[in-house]
Amino acid sequence: MKPESAAVISGVGASQIGRRLHRDPLDLTAVAALAAIADAGLTADDIDGVSTYPGALWSTPGITGAGVDDVRELLGLNLRWHTGGGELPGQLGSIVNAVLAVATGLATHVLCFRTVWESTAQELAGSRGALVAQSGRELLQWSKPYGSGYPTYGALAMARYLFETGATREQIAQLAVVSRANAAGNPDAVYRTPMTVDDYLGSRMISDPLCMFDCDVPVDGSVAVIVSRADASNVDSRAIRIESMASASGVDQCSEMLWSRTDLGPADVKLAEIYDGFTIYAIRWLEGLGLTPPGGTGEFIEGGKRISLDGELPISTGGGQLSAGRLHGYGALLEACIQLRGGGGARQVPGNPGVAVVSSGAEMFTSCLLLTR
Amino acid sequence: MGSDPRTLASSRVAIPALTDRNTPFWTGGANGELLIAHCQTCGWWLHPPLPVCRRCRGRDIRPEAVSGLGTVWSFTVNRYQWSPGLTPPYVIAEVELAEQNGLRLLTSIVDTDEVSIGLQVRVQFEAAGDAWVPVFRPVSGQP
Repeated sequence: MKPESAAVISGVGASQIGRRLHRDPLDLTAVAALAAIADAGLTADDIDGVSTYPGALWSTPGITGAGVDDVRELLGLNLRWHTGGGELPGQLGSIVNAVLAVATGLATHVLCFRTVWESTAQELAGSRGALVAQSGRELLQWSKPYGSGYPTYGALAMARYLFETGATREQIAQLAVVSRANAAGNPDAVYRTPMTVDDYLGSRMISDPLCMFDCDVPVDGSVAVIVSRADASNVDSRAIRIESMASASGVDQCSEMLWSRTDLGPADVKLAEIYDGFTIYAIRWLEGLGLTPPGGTGEFIEGGKRISLDGELPISTGGGQLSAGRLHGYGALLEACIQLRGGGGARQVPGNPGVAVVSSGAEMFTSCLLLTR
Repeated sequence: MGSDPRTLASSRVAIPALTDRNTPFWTGGANGELLIAHCQTCGWWLHPPLPVCRRCRGRDIRPEAVSGLGTVWSFTVNRYQWSPGLTPPYVIAEVELAEQNGLRLLTSIVDTDEVSIGLQVRVQFEAAGDAWVPVFRPVSGQP
């Protein structure tokens, strides 16, 4: 039996999510964790595992609002197993780890969480640049002297993509426009005012051809999910099944791994909550996962209809990171669970979608999940 | 060149501390050479430099001068002030060196307002403290 079959997502929860909340990140974490635990029909005493990304120790300031030991202390947990780290295979690597822990019997109910606090941390540091400057990754020495920042890599990838495929910025704009339209139906999204392709084209350039609306929005907030043993007594019909999971390095490799562990295929996907830290990352995932043709995403998404809520491939149904906020993969996971349970309200994908793909990360730190209910 | 907002010569910041591994790359410019790690066993070029060849796992890796010619693989005009000493806008590019497919450097393109993907470029060096920072300019005579 594959490990995915031995585990389910039994509960989900989230805190307030917003820009520069100036709220104690431990408080945000507690709200999300306790909500997820209650949603799973459990109490904190039932939690025997914790899994997070990236954790508090040795991580870039502001990237995380709470770590494993913070949460153990905060909720008075008795843990048999825990993990966290910035070198996990993407943010959802923390879910992969939890599934493995449950499947191997090291834990029964694992609290998985991600608390972001970057929005307030940037303000306290003075600027985004000041916060980024605190990052100590040795590899940065090869790019920093040239004045690079995080958007540099998204911009270079996007410029090359436009050159190679002939896709246009008008086409790419649909990722931002559709996400925003979906966010209007999500009361927890940070930006809900509808926007147009012209709004996108007229927005501030960050690093050509990457404009402001190609970038996700730093927020404060926490999302938690409970990964439980599939045969645990709290597991009921609301549980989300993990049909397949993948941890391979690189979007294409990770996607291939995901499909190698299931009989389902891209045509079975009813909604895609793909990682959209930059729009070009979303395109990479769409193509890697086989949801859009290689090099053909621009044409596929033109006009936006096919990726809208009532289209053939709804994406970022809660607004994604572009409009709902950078919850670092966990926002996508939360939204997939909400949709699979039919709880999307004004943004619910019609027809009871039973299969969702969720992806996280970029470059060589990647992970994805195929969820069913 | 000094008045071109896209050149960075005078005020480059964040030059890394020189180590055994990075010194050839950051100081080869003193002799006008772009030194790239080269596997003596199988001939593979490696950037950033590493002590093992990822292709043949050979450990005899030495810095060697490349031609300094390359092609712009991708580029962007950065408009955000990431550090106090660098005033935007300026060009950041990925240049693929002529020696090997996929052998790419993150760098700057200087001395032109007309950067494009596919542009042929040649290395030059800007002094910055103890380092010589490789940047690229268009090869003359292109359309």
